[in-house]
Parts: sequence; structure tokens; C-alpha cells
Amino acid sequence: MASAVMNATTVALDWLSSSFDAPLARAVIFGVHVDGHLVVEVLLIVVILFLLSRKSYKHPKKPLTEKVLGPEPLHPPITEEMLSEPPTLESAAGTHTMIDGKEVVNFACANYLGLIGHEKLINSCASSLEKYGVGSCGPRGFYGTIDVHLDCEERISKFLGTSDSVLYSYGISTIFSVIPAFCKKGDIIVADEGVHWGVQNGLYLSRSTVVYFKHNDMASLESTLERITKGNKRAERLRRYIVVEAVYQNSGQVAPLDVIVKLKERYHFRVILDESNSFGVLGSSGRGLSEHCGVPVNRHNHVRAGGALATDGGFCTGSVRVVDHQRLSSSGYVFSASLPPYLASAAISAIDHLEENPSLLGQLRENISLLRRELEDVPGLTVSSNPLSPMVFLTLKRSTGSPKADQQLLEDITNRALKEDGVFIVTSKRSTLDRCRLPIGIRLFVSAGHTHGDIQKASASLKRVAAALLSEPI
Amino acid sequence: MVRLPYLTALTTLFSYGLLFAFGQLRDLFRRIVDWHNAKSKDLQGYAPICLGLEDFYTRRLYLRIQDCFGRPIASAPDAWFDVVERYSNDNNKTLHRTENISKCLNLGSYNYLGFAASDEYCTPRVVESLKRYSSSTCSVRVDGGTTKLHIELEELVARFVGKPASLVFGMGYVTNSAIIPVIMGKGGLIISDSLNHNSIVNGARGSGATVRVFQHNSPSHLEEVLREQIANGQPRTHRPWKKIIVIVEGIYSMEGELCKLPEIIAVCKKYKAYTYLDEAHSIGAVGKSGRGVCELLGVDTADVDIMMGTFTKSFGSCGGYIAASKEIIQYLKFTCPAHLYATSMSAPAVQQAISSMKVILGEDGSNRGAQKLTRIRENSNFFRSELQKMGFEVLGDNDSPVMPIMLYNPAKIPAFSRECLRQNVAVVTVAFPATPLLLARARICISASHTREDLIKGLEVISKVGDLVGIKYFPVEPEKKQPDRYTKKLE
Repeated sequence: MASAVMNATTVALDWLSSSFDAPLARAVIFGVHVDGHLVVEVLLIVVILFLLSRKSYKHPKKPLTEKVLGPEPLHPPITEEMLSEPPTLESAAGTHTMIDGKEVVNFACANYLGLIGHEKLINSCASSLEKYGVGSCGPRGFYGTIDVHLDCEERISKFLGTSDSVLYSYGISTIFSVIPAFCKKGDIIVADEGVHWGVQNGLYLSRSTVVYFKHNDMASLESTLERITKGNKRAERLRRYIVVEAVYQNSGQVAPLDVIVKLKERYHFRVILDESNSFGVLGSSGRGLSEHCGVPVNRHNHVRAGGALATDGGFCTGSVRVVDHQRLSSSGYVFSASLPPYLASAAISAIDHLEENPSLLGQLRENISLLRRELEDVPGLTVSSNPLSPMVFLTLKRSTGSPKADQQLLEDITNRALKEDGVFIVTSKRSTLDRCRLPIGIRLFVSAGHTHGDIQKASASLKRVAAALLSEPI
Repeated sequence: MVRLPYLTALTTLFSYGLLFAFGQLRDLFRRIVDWHNAKSKDLQGYAPICLGLEDFYTRRLYLRIQDCFGRPIASAPDAWFDVVERYSNDNNKTLHRTENISKCLNLGSYNYLGFAASDEYCTPRVVESLKRYSSSTCSVRVDGGTTKLHIELEELVARFVGKPASLVFGMGYVTNSAIIPVIMGKGGLIISDSLNHNSIVNGARGSGATVRVFQHNSPSHLEEVLREQIANGQPRTHRPWKKIIVIVEGIYSMEGELCKLPEIIAVCKKYKAYTYLDEAHSIGAVGKSGRGVCELLGVDTADVDIMMGTFTKSFGSCGGYIAASKEIIQYLKFTCPAHLYATSMSAPAVQQAISSMKVILGEDGSNRGAQKLTRIRENSNFFRSELQKMGFEVLGDNDSPVMPIMLYNPAKIPAFSRECLRQNVAVVTVAFPATPLLLARARICISASHTREDLIKGLEVISKVGDLVGIKYFPVEPEKKQPDRYTKKLE
């Protein structure tokens, strides 16, 4: 093979050298033999003359400008939509509230059990305020731990049946402190694509590898888990987590926890469950999604309080190991002042009240189903949330094509409902930092304190306004 | 500045080495014991939550002195409070509460102006607002969470701080973590002080911008870093940076010193960088009328682009605020995640912030605010000078109510803390990882509600304990010599 190539090259070279030296024409011009190599030389001279005759390329002269490169301004130009202000409440945010001097029916506050303004809560808060003042003036490690905090943690663990729980001072900071405390660089997290901004921020801060699966789609979850763990020997030594929400804030869907737990046990993942909208709502006694699906609680970690208990703050429960780890490595717990003591005592009274009156849950469920029935025939909007979700989510049947125009249309609907009929409902708003792409819609937060009259008033108003604004056939 | 003597450094390193060695020995025994006992079936196939050395510090060093941290209290964190006693059956691994409480002098809580306990002006108004608005709105600000109180507080904060507009959030930590990503994005540069608080670090990381650090409180190094970064441009493309922001704090909580604000602002103006000032500890506590470091150091508030602060420390409430120009606040209201997704601040806390600010400004009709401000300044200066006279190494500038006392050695941390508690003085000790490994310290926070007798008692106890533990690293200032009676008589 090589020798054939060598032969071919030598033959070619021989031909070349012979043609150079061989005479081209049998002529002698000015005493010079016209040989083969003269062709190459003539060609070269022609090319040189051609290049010399062309104009040289001069760089176009740009005059020096006076413009100075400065930094961008801190904010982009203010547009019309940025100037809208939310309505101001003038009384407690219960089922009825005062806006601009008028009394309106309130479907905008996550007051699921109707505990805002309740006698018992207000009394326990007032006595707490007299005893402890308002703030706790210190992080948990430096004399900010007040005995009501420890009592509240014990009460929550007793209520849920877990070994221990840890209290955070703000709802949204709970999830984005818990996730970086457990997930470090190199770990694998499988999360739903519809999780809210707090979870997204926690996932970003944890610097782990995050893989998203289709919103609430168990087949997609299974295929993602299969894809990650198949043949990946290294994955067995890494920590693996699944992050889901019980009731999704962005769409009102409910995660099927029993399916998730079966998948997690097959592939050896740990589950972090955000129960901000289902604690105190789902389950026969309000213990959340795990009670509703019949899954024992010790199999996963629970996060977040908030809405139903009519107070602020968050918690995380689990096994003792899990909870103790957070007391030193969770940044929102260690580096931040603790929960104001009166909110902790409000949480304790709320849980006590819920345990004594489980009928509130039945009331809430009845209200949700009544509202869903009434809203079935609203023109132009469909109910797209799960029948169990206390947050009824309405989306446009046919989108106008651009998210901005959709947002504007929905806001017009809610503004008119407030101004003309005295019904306070809201649209879901998205921040520019949010990477969730689920459709926006109108949210109604149902409460156990709403009467049938309230619900009928709200649905009648929505039907009227939607008919007026969405009646143009596209 | 901390001056660490060589001998102290060596002994501290030796102590840490000893603790490390013992810890490893214990780990070895634990591994042998575990190997004999079968592992529980539940965790088969799961990677452990913490691998080997990740929580070594927690298990082997921190747990030994766990009783010095997280002490529960049973009353308001005022000048004197009740500390709940705890006991442990398993060598400090778990602590159990008892029913006994002991009344101690509070030198650890952030109660700079004394608003932590019931106040005669604030508390009735807070209870009234609780009855009117209930404990929480359970809704985000843009939906149904804005009440008249929130609007009033925002206007008051803007007036107090000296900026055109402000925005209020329910938690100080979330304020930083959610604002910085909105303002800075990819292609921006964040230059932050090396000792900035964890919330700023988290916010900077979450923003996606490039982060650079400059030496603590040194405007010359800041200028060096700025020049180098502007010359180099963005990491790989070398295009010019879209915007540059410099983040500093008013009072650094672990050092007690004020930031060199006028020089830093001058450097930023020269290079057209934006400034962000975090006044968590200094708002309400320093300055002639309590308006923070800008007033104290004579800096015009229009020169600082964004001012951030919290209500937890001086106002006895909870929550944080951002004060900036009207346009920036409008933009934040439109897109900041903490405004769009997080529950609004609880109404009684808002009322407490409003009332305490009114007291400080003097708008409640009395001069209690001015009294409190002079008292905290006098108390801080008195305490600091007395401690220095006794020979302790105290950090921080004059007028700052935060004073760390250097301990260095890890064994002195629990000794100091427990001995002070036995004598009914509650102090806060801080070790790694909040401070560098060798520089453990005890941090004192003075309040306007401390009387002179309280401070003298505190000084006595600290001096006694300091002698016992051996932390008087500096020579004691000699007492002024009394004139000799005999010499006088001869004249």
C-alpha cells in the first residue's frame, strides 16, 4: 500500500521535473531557451502586475465621537403596565373586607379555614404581644429562641406525627433555605417545571444538576428518573432528590403523592414536598397531602406552613436527623431573626382550633365544589385546577396570542368585577425572573367562611364581566 | 483591626488540632461500632445526607458546646430577661428544657433602642391594629395584601431615611436575596465587601452576575479591583460591563466597625458604579437623629443609589425595606419576586415599626426618642472605654453599639459563656464559621434600655470572668495615682 503511494509520487515528480526542463517550443527567443518552467514564471509576473495595479484598501476613517460609554441605568424605562397599583384594604382580610370605603367579597386572600379575625386567635396574639413584645430581636442561635417557638415546633410535630420540626420566620424563605441545605454541587434534583419562584431560587442556589419534568405528568417523571439512573454507576453515590409541590401555586394541580412515593422507592430518591397550599386543607383532618393519599409521613420531608393557619412563617418537618441538620446549615434559619412570638402563638391556637373543629374542612370542600359548579358555564374561561384544590384557577379558553395581551384582558376582568360588583378576585402575576411557562389565569381562594351567597355573587359577577369582555368571537 | 499575638495563634492552633485529633479518634470508634451492628434496612441504597467530613465540625466540635448557643428565653428580650435552664443526659447531644428560669442581664439581643418589650406608646397601638387587621393578610402584596398601614409605613420610611420612595418586605433576609437578582443580571458586576452578610452573598449568587470581593473596608483596594475589572471587561468576551454595583454594610455585625462610606462613595462616583448600602444594624442606632451611617458620616443620601435596612434591630419589629428613587421602586413593585410571591408583612409588625419610628422622630409628642438616642451613644462609649481600660481586646469604632471581645482560643468560648451565665449575665459567643477559624469572639450589644447600674454590673462580671478565663490580652491601664498625703503635709 505504502510502496504504491511512493511509486505514484516518484512518477509524478519525475514528470514534473522533466516537463520543466523539456523545451516547450522549438524556438530560441533572445537567446533564452523556452522551457516548461517558463509558463510558471510568466504566470507569476502576470499576477504580480495585476496586484500592483489594484487600489490599496484603506481603512474607512471614522471621526472620533464625543459619546462616553456609560453603564446601563439600574432600571429599564418605566412602561404603562408598571404603574398599576393594587387595591388597598382598610380592614382585616377576612371573607368580607373594605376597599375604598365599600364592602367587598374577598376571594383574593388564602384564608382557607376562615381563621382571619377569629376571636381565639386574636386573643392569643394579644396576650403574646403583651408578654413578649412584637419582634424577637435576634437569630435563633443568639437568644432569639423564645419558648413559644419550641412549643410551636412540638405542636406541629405532634399534629403531623413526625419526630421533629423546625420553624422558619417567613414562608417563602423556607423552601429556598431548605433546598441548599441538603443539595450541594454535584447532586441530582428532579423537579416539576411548574414550581414557584421560591423553589426555583432554591434549586439555583444549591448548584446541583437540576432536571425538570413535565408539569404533573407521572409518565414524564418516570422516564426522567429512568434516564438519569440507568447505567449511571456514579449516580448511586450521589444524593438524589425529587422536588414537587402538593398544590401548585401556578396552576392549582395536585401532585399524586402515592405514585411519586412508589417511584422514589424504586429509584432510591428522597422527596421534598412543599405543602404551602395543602396544609390544613387536604386530608380528612387537615394533615395535608400525605394523609389524603394514605402515605405515611416518615417517607419524605415536608415543608412550609402559611395560608391555612392565618399566620405567617414556615416550617419543615421530618426525621430528627433531617431537622437537626438544618439548625446549623440552613441559611434562612441561622442568619435571620426568628419568627415574631405572637405569630408562633397564633399558629398554635390555629392548630388547636383545627383539631377541635374538623367540620371546617367539610365546609371548605363543599364551598369549593359549589364554586366549581357555578363557574362551569362562564363564557370564555375554563376551570383548570384540580377539584380538591382550594385555589380555583380559571384560564382563557382561547388565548389572544401574546401573554401581555392575555394579562391585560384578565386584569380588565378582575378590575371591573371589583369596581362594579364588589367582588375582589385577582390574576396570577409573573415576575421577569420566573422561568415557569404555565399559562396565567384568574385565581379565586375559597375559604370555609364564605357563604353560599358570597359564592353565587362571585360567579354571577364573573359570568357578567366575562360575557361583556370576552364576547367577541375570534 | 485585630492584632493576633504569635503565642495566642500557636496555642489556638494547637487547641484546634487537639480537638480535631480527638474527633477523628471518636469517628474511628464509631465506624468500628457501626460495622459490627447491621445497618438499618430503610437507608439501604440511599446516599447519606452528609458524607464523612462535611459535618465533622458540627458533630465533633460544635455539639460539645451546644449549650452556649440557642438558649431559649421565657420573656421579652429586654434589658433583663428570663433564660430557661436546660440539662442534657447524653453529653450535650440533646438538650431538654426545664421549668426553671433565671433572670439575667441581656447583653446579646439586638435591642438597640429598647423597643423590644412593651412600650407605652407602641404596644396599645399594636394591639389595636391587631384587632382591626388581624394577625396576617395571608396574601401577597400585589393581590390583597396591601393595607393602609403598609402605605403609611412606606411613606414614613422614605421620609425617615431621606429618599423619594421606599418598599417594605416581611423579612430582611428575603429583601436582599430577592432584590439583588432583579437589579443585576448576567453581564453585570457585583463588588461586595469580604465580610458581607450571608443574605447579600446569597442574593449576589442568585443574580447570575459576576461577583468580586474587595478587602474589608478598604477604599484603596476597592479602587484597584474596579480599575482591573473595568479594564478587563466581562469574563470571556471582554465586552464592557453592563452595570457595576458595590455593596457595603453600615455597621458590620461581627466587627462592630462603621464602613468608610465617604471614601467609598467618592471611588464609586469616579468610576460610575452604583452603590447599595445595607443598614441592618445602623439604622435607628447611630446618627444624631437616628438616621444611620449617612447622617453620622455626613454623606448625602442622594449619593447612595439603593439603601436597604431592617426593622428587627432598632425598631423592635420584623421585616426589611428598600429606599431608592421613585422609578427603581416602581420597577421593583412590578417585578420583584418578594413583592409578587411572598406574604405581605403582618399588620401588628407594621404598626410597631410605624410607632417606633414616630417616637424616634419625636412625632409622638415627647422627646423619648432623642433621650434614647443619647442614652445608647453614652452607654456604648462608656462600656467600650471601660472594657479597654480593663485590658480586653475590643473591636469596633466609637459610637457603634456592637462590641466584640476577642477570645481566640476554642476552649475559652464555652468557659466564658457558661461562667457569665452562672453569674446571671447573658452574652453571645461566636465561633467558626461565622468568623474566621482563629478569631472567635464574644459579642456585646448595648441597648438604650440598659441603665448605668446594669452596665456597671455587667462590667464587674465580665472583668471577673475575664481574669478567670485569661482573655485580658492587653495591659491594664494604670490607675491614676492619688496625691500622696505625706508630701502635701510637708509643704
